[in-house]
Amino acid sequence: MDLISNLSLGFGVAFTAQNLIYAFVGCLLGTLIGVLPGIGPLATIAMLLPATYALPPVAALIMLAGIYYGAQYGGSTTAILVNLPGESSSVVTVIDGYQMARNGRAGPALAAAGLGSFFAGCVGTLILAAFAAPLTELAFKFGPAEYFSLMILGLIGAVVLASGSLLKAVAMIVLGLLMGMVGTDVNSGVARFSFDIPELTDGIGFIVIAMGVFGYGEIISNLAKHESEREVFVANVTGLFPTKEDFKNMVPAVLRGTAMGSILGILPGGGAVMAAFAAYTIEKKTKLRPGEVPFGKGNIRGVAAPEAANNAGSQTSFIPLLTLGIPPNAVMALMVGAMTIHNIQPGPQVMTSNPELFWGLIASMWIGNLMLVILNLPLIGIWIKLLTVPYRWLFPSIVLFCAIGVYSTNNNTFDIWMVGLFGIIGYMFIKLGAEPAPLLLGFILGPMMEEYLRRALLLSRGDWSVFVTRPLSAGLLAAAALLLVIVLMPSVKSKREEAFVED
Amino acid sequence: MNIKSQKDFFSGLMFMAVGIAFAWGASTYTIGNGARMGPGYFPLMLGILLAVLGGAITFKSLVVETMDGDKIGSFAWKPLTFIILANLVFGAALGGLPSIGLPPLGLIVGIYLLTFIASNAGDEFNFKEITILSTILAVMSYVAFIWLLKLQFPVWPTFIKG
Repeated sequence: MDLISNLSLGFGVAFTAQNLIYAFVGCLLGTLIGVLPGIGPLATIAMLLPATYALPPVAALIMLAGIYYGAQYGGSTTAILVNLPGESSSVVTVIDGYQMARNGRAGPALAAAGLGSFFAGCVGTLILAAFAAPLTELAFKFGPAEYFSLMILGLIGAVVLASGSLLKAVAMIVLGLLMGMVGTDVNSGVARFSFDIPELTDGIGFIVIAMGVFGYGEIISNLAKHESEREVFVANVTGLFPTKEDFKNMVPAVLRGTAMGSILGILPGGGAVMAAFAAYTIEKKTKLRPGEVPFGKGNIRGVAAPEAANNAGSQTSFIPLLTLGIPPNAVMALMVGAMTIHNIQPGPQVMTSNPELFWGLIASMWIGNLMLVILNLPLIGIWIKLLTVPYRWLFPSIVLFCAIGVYSTNNNTFDIWMVGLFGIIGYMFIKLGAEPAPLLLGFILGPMMEEYLRRALLLSRGDWSVFVTRPLSAGLLAAAALLLVIVLMPSVKSKREEAFVED
Repeated sequence: MNIKSQKDFFSGLMFMAVGIAFAWGASTYTIGNGARMGPGYFPLMLGILLAVLGGAITFKSLVVETMDGDKIGSFAWKPLTFIILANLVFGAALGGLPSIGLPPLGLIVGIYLLTFIASNAGDEFNFKEITILSTILAVMSYVAFIWLLKLQFPVWPTFIKG
């Protein structure tokens, strides 16, 4: 069995002392930022990217991945105990989780979230391992036209699953693509849109955009809210273990959530947030058993299913990144940046050229999930304490770490001026109700798209029909069109709006 | 004509303006044709697309009714100013500002400046508390970034180091 030998190679890599430590550090940090409301995995990964320069690539990626899925765990703690989503993917966990905590059942709620996440994480890792090889085979059949169409599909997917207005999300993507154009054009050597500023000929750093828009922008809009809206209420946690009845309700919900999350994670544009929404909607549709607490009043299924889904989704969203080199969401776009920093070109060749990295990362995810259960359940008391840290101490620290992180990427103060500018822009986006995540995805994909479009049209001598005459490419475009048609259908449209109203 | 959604109206205008600016900028580079794309080809396409999208968003904001007018609301000038200012002062402290003759003050001074300025963005400002906070942050950053990660930072003011 290839799978077994590959996985054992992976576990061999992941089980070295150094990698175990970095996996642990990643999970710990991830839980930390997941628990703290107001700072997400995106900003944290961006902040820590420079710190990983000195690490070997495997250790760096293991740590960054740990932050990402660790944040999904930590987010649920805040959702259940404080009625605030610590993480955007925990938005639906708030609904039933907090009600359970109010009824004195915070313990079982936390356990349901933790165990559900662990199970989903294991399944997600297995799916990642099993699907990686065949998808990589497929990826080698891809020419420039297919890659271009795939990116279109990915961007459309990101739009469909973004919250809020469709048109605005498309516009944000295009804006991101355009920002990606800043800098020297690889083919002609022309410095585009650089206004004769030497630093701009290298393009805008994506860390600068990520920190400015997601770090500073969020802080400013958080501070604009009144103290009362941020107020932290900490419930007492007693009796961690769910009852037998709870388990009976939980298990099928976890299974459904895992399935939903795994599928939505693979889809371009998918990932943890949408998976959680979809899983909660499905649970709400299933019939209540006699004597079960209704949804919205503290039903354990309403905690277990979305938590399982967001964790499965965050694992499987590594699939498009590792096999095709295309990031399905903004966090994965940052991972592309992390890989490039370490001289690894994300794409199908990673599996053959860096097998120890590829399988080591996958194996470390399983280990990381195990660590997270231990971190989150027995040690829950520590995280609860952390929730009492007031925001007025937190935000200056975040500003500082953003500024240090940005400076250390290039040791250049120009980046600090730029991040200030993007902080203002980011706040403006929030004010205008334009979601910035698609922008970052567009920004990363921009130069790639231009390159593939250029190559595809060069090969076809300027004939645009190449995108629909090659079957694979046509299939991808058809899928993208189908996605658009589905969201625009009136019945789905109203459902989609309904789903996002709850956040 | 009434603006039905303020947020959409202004974001539409923003997208239009940015799209036109990019398209205009792109048109100064070689455009080329499909088979041999110049550096201006793709940005020109995108710029026009963005302007069209912006137009559509603005149009929609004038036509489609919304519940509450989607007001943008007041700007949080205080946090905006202090956070960005803290960031800029930190940059100036690290790199110095040759144009006004400010020498690099280094990381530690920068951390104190940043924390004090940024703290003004919040609702309360407690001098003692912030002094403690910035000292903790300075020590932590020194240990983490200079000792452990060995990042290249100017740590102390250049005129002290000599």
